[in-house]
Amino acid sequence: MRLLQQPPAHISGEILFDGVDLLKLPDDQMRKIRGDKIAMIFQEPMTSLNPVFKTGAQVAETLMLHRGMDKKTAWAKAIDLFNEVGIPNPTQKVHAYPHEMSGGQKQRVMIAMAIACDPKLLICDEPTTALDVTIQKQVLELLRGLQEKHKMSMLFITHDLGVIADVADDVVVMYRSKMVEKDKTRAIFESSKHPYTKGLIACRPDMGANPKRLLTVSDFMDEAGNGLKVTRDRVQVFEKDYEAKNGNDILLEVKDIHTHFPIKGGLFGRKVGEVKAVDGVSFQLKRGKTLGLVGESGCGKTTLGRTILRLVEPTSGSIFYDGKDVTKMGQEEMRLLRRKMQIIFQDPYSSLNPRMTVGEILTEPLVVHGLGGGKNERLDAAKALMEKVGMKANQLNRYPHEFSGGQRQRICIARALMLRPEFVICDESVSALDVSIQAQVLNLLLDLQQEFKLTYIFISHDLGVVNFISDEVGVMNKGVLVEMDRADRIYKQPREEYTKTLLGAIPKGLPKNIEAFIS
Amino acid sequence: MTTYIIRRLLYMIPVIFGVSFIIFVLFNVVAGDPAPLLLGKHATAQQIHDLREQLGLNKPLFAQYMDVVKSAFTFDFGRSWATRQDIIEMIRQGAWPSLTLTIPAFAISTILSILLSLVVAFYRGKGIDLTIRFLCIAGQSISSVAYILFFQYFFAYKLGWFEISGYEPEFPIFLSYVALPGIIWIVLSLGPDVRFFRTVILDEIYQDYVRTARAKGLGEITVLLKHVLRNAMIPIITYVVIQIPFLILGALLLESFFSIPGLGGITLNALNSSDFPVIKAMAVLSSIAYIMFSLLTDVLYTLADPRVKLK
Repeated sequence: MRLLQQPPAHISGEILFDGVDLLKLPDDQMRKIRGDKIAMIFQEPMTSLNPVFKTGAQVAETLMLHRGMDKKTAWAKAIDLFNEVGIPNPTQKVHAYPHEMSGGQKQRVMIAMAIACDPKLLICDEPTTALDVTIQKQVLELLRGLQEKHKMSMLFITHDLGVIADVADDVVVMYRSKMVEKDKTRAIFESSKHPYTKGLIACRPDMGANPKRLLTVSDFMDEAGNGLKVTRDRVQVFEKDYEAKNGNDILLEVKDIHTHFPIKGGLFGRKVGEVKAVDGVSFQLKRGKTLGLVGESGCGKTTLGRTILRLVEPTSGSIFYDGKDVTKMGQEEMRLLRRKMQIIFQDPYSSLNPRMTVGEILTEPLVVHGLGGGKNERLDAAKALMEKVGMKANQLNRYPHEFSGGQRQRICIARALMLRPEFVICDESVSALDVSIQAQVLNLLLDLQQEFKLTYIFISHDLGVVNFISDEVGVMNKGVLVEMDRADRIYKQPREEYTKTLLGAIPKGLPKNIEAFIS
Repeated sequence: MTTYIIRRLLYMIPVIFGVSFIIFVLFNVVAGDPAPLLLGKHATAQQIHDLREQLGLNKPLFAQYMDVVKSAFTFDFGRSWATRQDIIEMIRQGAWPSLTLTIPAFAISTILSILLSLVVAFYRGKGIDLTIRFLCIAGQSISSVAYILFFQYFFAYKLGWFEISGYEPEFPIFLSYVALPGIIWIVLSLGPDVRFFRTVILDEIYQDYVRTARAKGLGEITVLLKHVLRNAMIPIITYVVIQIPFLILGALLLESFFSIPGLGGITLNALNSSDFPVIKAMAVLSSIAYIMFSLLTDVLYTLADPRVKLK
C-alpha cells in the first residue's frame, strides 16, 4: 500500500501488482490504486474510523474520490454497501457516528469502505483480533462470502493460526522479519518443516487436549534458530489431573453479588437508571485452584474481579475471604487483606508507571505496606522475584519502555507477587500478548501457582486459554454466571445454550494432537 | 443540551458567591484599612472616621460581603474612590479602545497561527518545519518590552508609518493607533501558538484513522484539512476560547506603552492608587467572563466532536 513514510522507512525490492511495480509508481498514480484496486482493513476498528464524521460519509468519500460520484449517488451506494456487509437498518446507520456502533459493526463499516470500489486485492491486517469470538466468526464468514462474490484476492495478516486455518489457501510464516516457511495451509498444519512454525502451532492452547503445560517455541528452537528435538523427558504435556491439586478448603466465597453503576441525567444529575454490570453472582473457590471466568466484552467479568478486590464497591451481596466478609471490612483491615489479594491487569504497556524504574515498581508494594525491611532487603527480594519470573536481576534499574510486551507482563506478575499474596486475579493478563509469548506466560503462571500455593481467578475472553489454565470455568453473560463446572466438562458437555454458542464460534483450525509433536 | 446550559448557569451562582468571598477577604481583611491609605499621613482620626462611614467600611463584615455579592449580580460597582466616576461607565468607556485593539489582533493571530501550523505539519521534519520552529522559539525568547520599544522606535518614530501613541475612537482613524500594537500582539502570540497547534496536529497525524484516510487514496492535503483539522479542533478550541476573557481585561503592557485609554490602563491606574472598588469590579467581571467562556468552550465541543454529549 506504500503507507509507510519514507524516510524513515527504507524500502527496496519489487512489489508487482498486475505486472506493475508499485514501488516505482509516482505518488499520484499510487493514490489512484489505494482504496480502488487495493484496499485495506486494519486491526483496530475502534480507532481506524474518523470519530467526527458519519460512517456513511466515510464510505461515500471513497466512492466520490475514485468513482467520481456526486454526493447523493455515493450515499445511496453507501447504504447498499452497509446492507451488503450486514449492518442492520442501513438507511439509518449511515448517519451514525463511529462511537454509536459496536466494535463488530465498526469493522463492518471498514469492510464496506474497503470493498466500495471492488478492489482486486483486499489486505486484512488482524481484522478480528480486537473482536469477541462470536463477532469474529461473523466477520470471517462475511469476508469469505464477499471474497467469493467479488472475486477478490485476500492477504490476511494474523497471529492466530486458528483463523488462518479457517480462511487461508496458502500460508507464509514470518519470523524475525524473514519468511521462514511458505506452503498450502493443510501442509503447514500437517507437515510444517520449520521449527518456529511447529512451535507456533503447538503453543496454541487447544480445546481438544488438557495438557499440564503448554509447549512453547523455545521447546522447538534455540535462540539461534536451530531446531531442537522435542522429547518426552524435556517437556511435560501430559493430561492434567483436576483433583490432584493441593487444598480443599474454601478460600473465597461470593454470595449473590450485585454491582450496579448509576446513569445520571436531568437538571440536577439525578439517577435515572443503572447499568447492572454484575447482577447476582455466587460461587465458591477452593484454595490452590484456578477459576476461569469467560464471556464476551461487557459481560461483567472484569467488574466482578474488581468487586472481589473491592476496587469497585458492590451494590449488595457478600464476599467471604478465608471466612471473613470482605464487604464489611474497615479501611485498616482491608489494607492488611490487600497484601494477600493482588491483581495482574490486561495491558502491560499502560499498567506500569513509565517514570518509575522496574526496581521502584517492584519495591513500591513493600514500601506502601511497610514490609521487607530496608531498601537493600527490598531490592534483594525484587531481584529474587525477577529471576523467578524469568528476567534478569540486573534489569531492575531500567524503565518499562525498555522491555517487550511479554517481559513487561512478567514485571507485572512479579509486582503482584512481591507481597507474597495467596490470591491473584489475572484480568485478561495474556490477551495483549502474541501466542508464543502467551504460552510462556501461562506456563510461568502455573509454575508460580505451584511454588507459591496461589489461588487464581483468571478472567479472559479466550476460551482456549481459560480451558488450559483453569480447574473450574465460569461462563458469564449480561452480569450473570450462566454456567460453572470443571473445565473439561464445560468444554466437552456444555449445558447452556450460551456456552454452546461461545464454543461454536471458536475457529477450529486444523486440530492436532499435542502428542504428534513429541518424538 | 439546554438543560446542561441551564444547569451550568445555575452553578455560576455558588461560584460567584465564592469568588466574591475571596475578593472580599483579599481587599477587606488582608489588605487592611484603606481609609488612612487614601487620606495620607496627616489625616485626623475624625477624617478617617468620616471616610470610613462614607465608604461603608463601618458596616458589619457580612453586610460588606453581601455588597460585593450584590454588585456581581447587578453590575453596580459604585463609584471610583480616585476619580469619583461611576465604575460601570468607566469600564464602558475603556472597553472600546481595548477591544478595538485586542479582538482584531487576537482573531488575526489565531487564524494565522493555525494556517502556519498546518503548513508546518505538512512539511513535518523538513526544512520549512525546522525553520519556522526555530523562528518561533527565537521569537519567544525575546522580551515583549524589547519588541514594543523596537517597533515603536523603528516603524512609528523613524519610518512614521503609524502613530507613536494615543487614541481616537472614530472608525477609520483608530486603526492608525491600534495597528502597531496589534502587530506587536500578533508577533508575540505567533511563537507559542504555532508551536502548540503544531503539536496538536501532529498528535492527530499519527492516529489510525489518518492511516485509513490515506489507505482510501486521499491526498495529504485533503487528509490534513478534512480529517486531521476537525479532530484537532477540541484542544484548539480549549486553548483559544479560554484566552478571550483576558482580552476583556485589555492589554496592560501595550496600552500603557501606546497610551491607549483602555481597560488595561484603568486597571493599572486603580492598582497604583489603591482604588479598591475598581479593582474589585475588574476582578468580579473577569471571573464572570471566565465562567461564561468556559461554558462556551464546552458548547463548542459538541459542534466539533459528535462524541461529546452535554447532559
